[in-house]
Amino acid sequence: MFGNAIILALREIRRNVLRSTLTILGIVIGVGAVITMVTIGEGATAQVQQDIQKLGSNLLQVFRGQGFGGGGGARSSAPPFSMEDVNAIKNEVAGVRAVAPTIGTGTQAIYGNSNWSTQVQGTDDQYISVRDWPLASGRNFSESELRAGAAVCILGATVQRELFGSEDPLGANVRLGKLSCQVIGTLTSKGQSGFGQDQDDLVVLPLRTVQRRIVGNADVNSIMVSARDGVSTEKVQADLESLLRERRKVRPGADPDFNVRDLKEISSAMTQTTRVLTSLLAAVAAVSLLVGGVGIMNIMLVSVTERTREIGTRLAVGAMARDVLLQFLIEAVTLAAFGGIIGIALGLSAGALATHAFHVPFVLNVGIVMLSFAFSAAVGIIFGYFPARRAAQLDPIEALRHE
Amino acid sequence: MTGMPSAPTPIIDLSQVTKIYGHGAGEVRALRGIDLRINAGEFIAVMGPSGSGKSTCMNVLGCLDTPTGGTYKFLGVPVGNMSPDQRALLRRNYLGFVFQGFNLLSRTTALENVELPLVYRHVPKEQRRALARKALQEVGLGGRETHVPSQLSGGQQQRVAIARAIVTQPQVLFADEPTGNLDTATSVEIMKLLTSLNEQRGITIAMVTHEPDIAGWTRRIVRFRDGYIESDQINEPVREL
Ligand SMILES: Nc1ncnc2c1ncn2[C@@H]1O[C@H](COP(=O)(O)OP(=O)(O)OP(=O)(O)O)[C@@H](O)[C@H]1O
Ligand SMILES: [Mg+2]
Repeated sequence: MFGNAIILALREIRRNVLRSTLTILGIVIGVGAVITMVTIGEGATAQVQQDIQKLGSNLLQVFRGQGFGGGGGARSSAPPFSMEDVNAIKNEVAGVRAVAPTIGTGTQAIYGNSNWSTQVQGTDDQYISVRDWPLASGRNFSESELRAGAAVCILGATVQRELFGSEDPLGANVRLGKLSCQVIGTLTSKGQSGFGQDQDDLVVLPLRTVQRRIVGNADVNSIMVSARDGVSTEKVQADLESLLRERRKVRPGADPDFNVRDLKEISSAMTQTTRVLTSLLAAVAAVSLLVGGVGIMNIMLVSVTERTREIGTRLAVGAMARDVLLQFLIEAVTLAAFGGIIGIALGLSAGALATHAFHVPFVLNVGIVMLSFAFSAAVGIIFGYFPARRAAQLDPIEALRHE
Repeated sequence: MTGMPSAPTPIIDLSQVTKIYGHGAGEVRALRGIDLRINAGEFIAVMGPSGSGKSTCMNVLGCLDTPTGGTYKFLGVPVGNMSPDQRALLRRNYLGFVFQGFNLLSRTTALENVELPLVYRHVPKEQRRALARKALQEVGLGGRETHVPSQLSGGQQQRVAIARAIVTQPQVLFADEPTGNLDTATSVEIMKLLTSLNEQRGITIAMVTHEPDIAGWTRRIVRFRDGYIESDQINEPVREL
């Protein structure tokens, strides 16, 4: 009986090429769209999470001025930090792993005939530790270089590439504005930040070198603090704030003239954004799924009359209701499986292409694959099977008279 | 009652069968109390004006339709008490039916249409093919096996429908105007076929026809009028040679 039903079902599928194709198409559209969209969304989310990892873990950044980004008028009027502040943080805040003062400015880097506009970052030997950023070659700053404000520098990967190409930069002299300094190390590549900035486009120098020989003051613009693993950054942030309020003599209750940013906050904001994006894509996908479902439904309902008569004929020549139903069920399941497999293959290929094009990782969400497949298959089976079940319960002559 | 020779159980026994379509003012009384007994081996023609209830009666006899009232006994068993599956088995194993409107599966070859009842009888594929071919040859359609209904004339479709009904060698064959679309020569061929099925194989046949010439081939003529049986007469079959 089962073998017969399979033969009859496959015969019907082959015989009604258009109907079968449209049904499969409906499922393919639904499943394919959902998988593509969700793959893109998940890829973007994964990308953001990778970016967050790249920023360095447990990183807090202290800026002067108020508000997000530390820009605006408040910044210029707020007093800069000093090395005493840096040392106080090191000594007085619990749970701190490393502290690095920084001062940044734009400059022109020149080597031979190559010329590259980049950022100078004045800091100390803790910088690479704070930012979790290993050296690719060479060495970190020495105590004496830091104390003396020596003309030495560590190159970011982009600057290295632009100035030296494949040449070995170690020991070479690079001119930064009026200052000529020797390359003692290079950084590994961190790639783009979550904001789309090239993090490798920088030259790192001793803080004192930048203060004395480039900007001409003793200011520290911002301080980077990394918390020890397992220490809550919220706690460190609170301690930092109270310490700096005290040191900078901010009256209780008044707004501080500095701000402490937890990069996790930014990252969670970004994660939130991508999550919204993912939901949006999922909504679009859900609409496609629905459209595919309605398509399948239409085809099934349009063919109900013909199929009811077909069932009448089968019953009249001796089929039992269950013979007919088994055939219809196999038919619906076969079409759903076909459509589902094609849809999954197409969706995953499109997802892989899109994630490749957008430079985000390809993440497979098995749950969504299953869910979209189940939905489309259910539509196919419900609208293929249930009208058949109704027809199979009629007297043959009534099924044959169906209009 | 003792000592009375018991009459053979009729293969078909209708008593006071009625069929009413619709409800209330719009109701149509297609059958108004039919009593009809058919014994094994009979060859019957059902005649009567259009709308007199012939097709309705044949559908009831073929277990394709449920009567509104009365009882229908097949081989002494009341069909009204049977489950849908039991009626399906009855159709599968005992009955053949030729519809007035053919009811062939569209986009399905003549051969596959004729094979269909054998599929549900679980006849193996090779045997099924061979039997279906033979049935198509018997109705004069050898060589048309791969044609689908839309590629066949009305008369050819009718013959496919006949082939489908006889391919299972049913005990009883119901045919609703099996020659309605056929020319005289083909009609004669079909009547010869039915006569031989009846005489050689002992198949009981009840067929509806409007043509006295066709009815003349049978051995009993039942006339319908307005849902009643108007007359039921023995006929001496005329044989064209
Ligand atoms: N499904 C139905 N619904 C309502 N009335 C019906 C239905 N089928 C048949 N009838 C009515 O029942 C009556 C008998 O119809 P039936 O088809 O049995 O006639 P018939 O004798 O076969 O006629 P013909 O020679 O034209 O085929 C007719 O009046 C017809 O209108
Ligand atoms: Mg009729």
